[in-house]
Amino acid sequence: MSEATRAEIAIVACAELFRGDGEVVASPMGLVPAIGARLARMTFEPGLLMTDGEAYLVAGTPGEATTIEGWQPFKKMLDTVVPNGKRHVVMGTNQLDRFGNQNISAIGPHSRPDRQLLGVRGAPGNTVNHRTSYWVPKHSTRVFTSEVDVVSGVGYDRASAGGPAASRYHDLHRVVTNLGVCDFDTPTRSMRLASVHPGVTVDEVVDNTSFELDTSAVTETRLPTDEELRLIRDVLDPDATRDKEVRA
Amino acid sequence: MIDKRMTADEVVAELRDGMTIGIGGWGSRRKPMALVRAILRSNLRDLTVVSYGGPDVGLLASAGKIRRLVFGFVTLDSIPFDPHFAAARQDGRIEVTEYDEGMFHAGLSAAVKRLPFLPIRAGLGSDVVTVNPGLRTVRSPYSDGEELLAVPPLRLDAALVHLNRADMHGNAQYLGPDPYFDDDFALAADRCFVSTERVVDTAELTAEGPVQSLLLSRSAVTGVVQAPHGAHFTSAAPDYGRDERFQRHYAASAKDPEEWPRFVDRFLSGDEERYQAEVTRFTSEEAAV
Repeated sequence: MSEATRAEIAIVACAELFRGDGEVVASPMGLVPAIGARLARMTFEPGLLMTDGEAYLVAGTPGEATTIEGWQPFKKMLDTVVPNGKRHVVMGTNQLDRFGNQNISAIGPHSRPDRQLLGVRGAPGNTVNHRTSYWVPKHSTRVFTSEVDVVSGVGYDRASAGGPAASRYHDLHRVVTNLGVCDFDTPTRSMRLASVHPGVTVDEVVDNTSFELDTSAVTETRLPTDEELRLIRDVLDPDATRDKEVRA
Repeated sequence: MIDKRMTADEVVAELRDGMTIGIGGWGSRRKPMALVRAILRSNLRDLTVVSYGGPDVGLLASAGKIRRLVFGFVTLDSIPFDPHFAAARQDGRIEVTEYDEGMFHAGLSAAVKRLPFLPIRAGLGSDVVTVNPGLRTVRSPYSDGEELLAVPPLRLDAALVHLNRADMHGNAQYLGPDPYFDDDFALAADRCFVSTERVVDTAELTAEGPVQSLLLSRSAVTGVVQAPHGAHFTSAAPDYGRDERFQRHYAASAKDPEEWPRFVDRFLSGDEERYQAEVTRFTSEEAAV
């Protein structure tokens, strides 16, 4: 088996996001998290539920005939799945600050943005209702900003300021990027660099982050196992679309 | 029973400047595009549009129809951003009420149930509360004492939705995998106008789909418009999927100030029949390339 690429390491780091989740809906946004979630389900987290991107929950593995195991139209998702909390979303982000506040709404002043983005979508509700992680395919100071322009997904400081109802189920888990994995396991709940991917230095991550990262206990992201590499390469992503999201 | 069939232009004649109009569907999925195109042809203006936004929002914004947009997102799904919506925001041409998707539904539900608000956790801690200073919170009267967001009703003057089938009385059916929020839009509105792929006899509705697919009751529907391919270029599964090639053409044209007048001239300056004929021509031209 040839050496793991950066994209493959990131996929495994995304799969690891779901370890221990059990029977929850995994909602990965982006290619690498989607492959990661499916890898997790095929290996160590078989209970995960996943949608087809439309209204069906689908079981089985790629290559097999798709088996519909449930119905989850958008209304059910917003009405019951999100507020009920049995869900782990991995969202993308245009900006992310040190306490995990996310912006996918607009860059610049909200009244008249320099750049209109998607809108806050379900990010406010996701973040105060259930476990949330983030995926950043290109770790840069443009994304990791000291402040975000429009808080869409709620970070630890804003959840705390939002009162007990905002923080009760708030659970920012990790941030996976092309360079490493961050979490919020610090006394102030500010971001910590948990691991760098093999071949990446701590300085490289720090240089690409606008705010101060806790780097007191950085480890190395684990490599994919041979079986994981086989599943990624032969079963989950034989066309290597992952290399378009994360350059080697 | 009442025959509620009418034309798209007759629907638009029922609407007035300054009205609050809800548009069903989700993103670039089952949007009542034939009705939207009829609005584009009209003199209507100053609308407050309430939508889980897709190209309906982009097109209406491009024609200067929207004064205020109530939204959680605007996206073409397979293409993340709608260029017209982005331009309208960046030029400061429209006002917005930006909600979380769940809050948006809570607002529609409050209108459906005729309640002054519905409590929700979504939005707390986010800038949704900052950019909507009129939003209030409500404290639980029970021992938990939780303070939640109180979403006011999104009451609509009219709702426009597109369903796969309907009878002439307004009973309407979705045959795809997702009803979206069209039933809420219908009941949150004073009047709901349904465009449909095909008007069928009532008995045909349950012949074609399970009884659970009967989404709208005629008591919620004012008018029914037969509009084959009326959701184009958004999807109306299982009748047709999203026309990705045409949507790419829309997005590329919308991005290019030189190209956009040509798109309008070819596709939007005539009536619905002309639109559908030009789409057919476009499809065969592209297939020949």
